Amino acid sequence: MEGLIIPLNHVLILASLLFATGLAGLMFRRNVIFILMSLEVMLNSAGLAFVAAGTAWAQADGQVMFMLILAVAAAEVSVGLGLVLQVHKRFKTLDMDQAHKLNG
Amino acid sequence: MELILFYIAATVALFSTVFALTRSNAAHALIYLIVSLLAVAVIFFLLGAPFAAALEVIVYAGAIMVLFVFVIMMLNLGEEGQELERQQMHPAVWITPAILSAILLVEMVLLLAKFDTPQTGALITAKQVGLSLYGPYVLAVEIASMLLLAGLVGAYHVGRRFRSTEIDEDSVAGSSPENTGVID
Repeated sequence: MEGLIIPLNHVLILASLLFATGLAGLMFRRNVIFILMSLEVMLNSAGLAFVAAGTAWAQADGQVMFMLILAVAAAEVSVGLGLVLQVHKRFKTLDMDQAHKLNG
Repeated sequence: MELILFYIAATVALFSTVFALTRSNAAHALIYLIVSLLAVAVIFFLLGAPFAAALEVIVYAGAIMVLFVFVIMMLNLGEEGQELERQQMHPAVWITPAILSAILLVEMVLLLAKFDTPQTGALITAKQVGLSLYGPYVLAVEIASMLLLAGLVGAYHVGRRFRSTEIDEDSVAGSSPENTGVID
């Protein structure tokens, strides 16, 4: 470890706490916008873990992986929000339990 | 000093995330989510990754959250939306996110004022990241660009279908072949 003052364990604990929060939100909330927000939180916590690990070993790879996660998040959220508009158009609600049948 | 700042930013990130995912109003949740992303950006800065911190603010808290704001604003229209807007202007709604982001601002000012190199680990500059990104990781960049293209095409397709069904419902329904599976 190249002189990382913050213990890597603590950053990873924070990342896993954020991930657990996002996972809990994903499972508890039924509003599709909140489901997408939970996905964002989970992707962001994964990015935090990558950046922390990259800093701990003084390598740029962590930040490269963070940028790839950023691209994944952007693509996912654009398609996801388009689907939100579709769901709202067809079911007049954002409750995903109303939209559990895939054939519309 | 950096340790204390890290723990403060971590607490802000955790609390604002929990608040974001437990709100009933989506617009309020978005404010908390933006504060959470800014807190993570401060943590990146503390970890010695200023490029990742800037990207977090610009792309996550900027671009992606703007998409959420657009969709939420599109979905509550008319009088209800105006009523909601009036209700959202209440101080009780925005005071907690404001305090949380003020804590982050104070941290940032402290960092910039007190330290020449505000970092705790090895500083990884944007140049190193760029050399790595376009050196050994060039295939990953190609894949990411293809993924973004697929996201663009997919979002365009979904959005186009959304508009065409809206028009079809207004006119005589069921006449276009694309519409057969849409309206029962």
